[in-house]
Amino acid sequence: MMMTNDITPAPSPLLEVGGVTLQYKTPRHLVTATYRIDFQVYQGDRFILLGPSGCGKSTLLKAVGGYMTPTEGEMRLKGNLIRSPGPDRMMVFQEFDQLLPWKTVRQNVMFPLQCTHRLSASEAEERAMHYISKVNLEKFADSYPHMLSGGMKQRVAIARGMAMEPDILLMDEPFAALDALTRRKMQDELMMLWDETRFTVLFVTHSIPEAIKIGTRILLLSPHPGQVKAELNGGLQGEEAVELERRIQTMLFADTIEEAENV
Amino acid sequence: MSKPSSLTMVRIEEAPVRAEFVRDAEATARLPVVVEKPLPFLFRLYSKSWLRKAMILVVLALVWEAYGRYLNNDLLFPTFSATVSAFVTDIVSGVLPARAWSSIKVLLMGYGCGIALASVLTGLAIMSRIGTDFLETLTSMFNPLPAIALLPLALIWFGLGNGSLVFVLVHSVTWAIALNTHSGFLSVSSTLKMVGRNYGLSGFDYIRKILIPAAFPSILTGLKIGWAFAWRTLIAAELVFGVSSGSGGLGWFIFENKNSLDIPHVFAGLLTVIIIGLVVENLLFRAIENHTIGKWGMQS
Repeated sequence: MMMTNDITPAPSPLLEVGGVTLQYKTPRHLVTATYRIDFQVYQGDRFILLGPSGCGKSTLLKAVGGYMTPTEGEMRLKGNLIRSPGPDRMMVFQEFDQLLPWKTVRQNVMFPLQCTHRLSASEAEERAMHYISKVNLEKFADSYPHMLSGGMKQRVAIARGMAMEPDILLMDEPFAALDALTRRKMQDELMMLWDETRFTVLFVTHSIPEAIKIGTRILLLSPHPGQVKAELNGGLQGEEAVELERRIQTMLFADTIEEAENV
Repeated sequence: MSKPSSLTMVRIEEAPVRAEFVRDAEATARLPVVVEKPLPFLFRLYSKSWLRKAMILVVLALVWEAYGRYLNNDLLFPTFSATVSAFVTDIVSGVLPARAWSSIKVLLMGYGCGIALASVLTGLAIMSRIGTDFLETLTSMFNPLPAIALLPLALIWFGLGNGSLVFVLVHSVTWAIALNTHSGFLSVSSTLKMVGRNYGLSGFDYIRKILIPAAFPSILTGLKIGWAFAWRTLIAAELVFGVSSGSGGLGWFIFENKNSLDIPHVFAGLLTVIIIGLVVENLLFRAIENHTIGKWGMQS
């Protein structure tokens, strides 16, 4: 274990998830979504939770968001135990209805800034417009969400999350409901935004190419219940990316074979 | 080998190979088709809902007038023109406005108290499970109970006056509003609820800043239904026990004129009730709707 210290003279992690087991109740069953998950996210990471459906990756993200309490283990953000939802962990959801329909784009981005009393109205507006222009929506600042396309709504949600300048941005398959073309464009835009501001993001996806394209570090989860399968380095180009994609696919595929044999 | 051979019996025709082509942008730019042009004037006029409704009102008035003339009996069914002239005289003499105002005053009092009570009940219901049970039980008990049925009791408790009127009004308004608001709160999408909590909102702030606007379509429906219930209950209650403190309301006005067989004035009273209803529904509530859920794209 001393070996790792030689490679990275480790700074303390921003988010530390230690042995987290998550369970929830349906009317008839107690479901274990994840079992003893460990991972650390460092400042500036684009950390991906990747896995097939049913591996509890969204549940895990919701737990980091503070919407669920782990039955075992603990999660710490900057050393503080995560107990409830809060604006230091802004969420970007998959659903298009995450914007408040009674507020314009500008008001939607300003609202959390004002709710938390961090900034005065004029400062909040300035900050909001700054991030709205970063996602190229200045022209739509006074539009209501129902007038926007799906991709634009997700861009507003991202701007809203970033405007809060949270410790960590939590993204729950934000591009999954978009068409393939818009999706690619949004991925490129997200990378450009990251190049400019270097925020820390925890990103859930079930798409292997998306994980490789976006992630600097990829946590691979196996399903039923979610367990850590591997932690890989992303950010690869060309041949290496293809190779990584093949590796991940084999790992996930091996899983399904094992499962089939167990049945 | 017989089976595959039967398959080959079906002749497979292959699609022909065609040349590819690409259109240059200039050719597509010079389209002879009108891309956008205004619709004919009458068509645009017909698409205005207020105009269509006004037309319906005019037709109804004409049918009324025709039937009244055909019947030719002012005691049974006065014509539209007779009703309007009675209406105008009563307006000019100031009787009708005074009566209408005294009705509206009581109505607003009852409506306001009903809204306040409904807010408290739904607030409790959304904050705790026992509150939900409390609201659900009360609503299922009292919602089917006609407000008028409580009037005799109210008269014993609050005497012959506005107190008992307000009491029955509150009863008729509260349950409709509470029921709609509560079901509106419950149907707010879980994503929006999570967004609200993400902002660190809780308690009263959470209800005010997230739940109420998100549930506004249902709340508005509740307010509309409550308003209609209140009107009905008020007029009925005034008809039953009539006068309080010198001058009664519209219901009493109708009752008085019926007793003196001034049927056109009875109709004028009814017309006032209808007009106030139309104005509130089509001007007030419509304006609120357009400025809120219409603008927000929340109207289905």
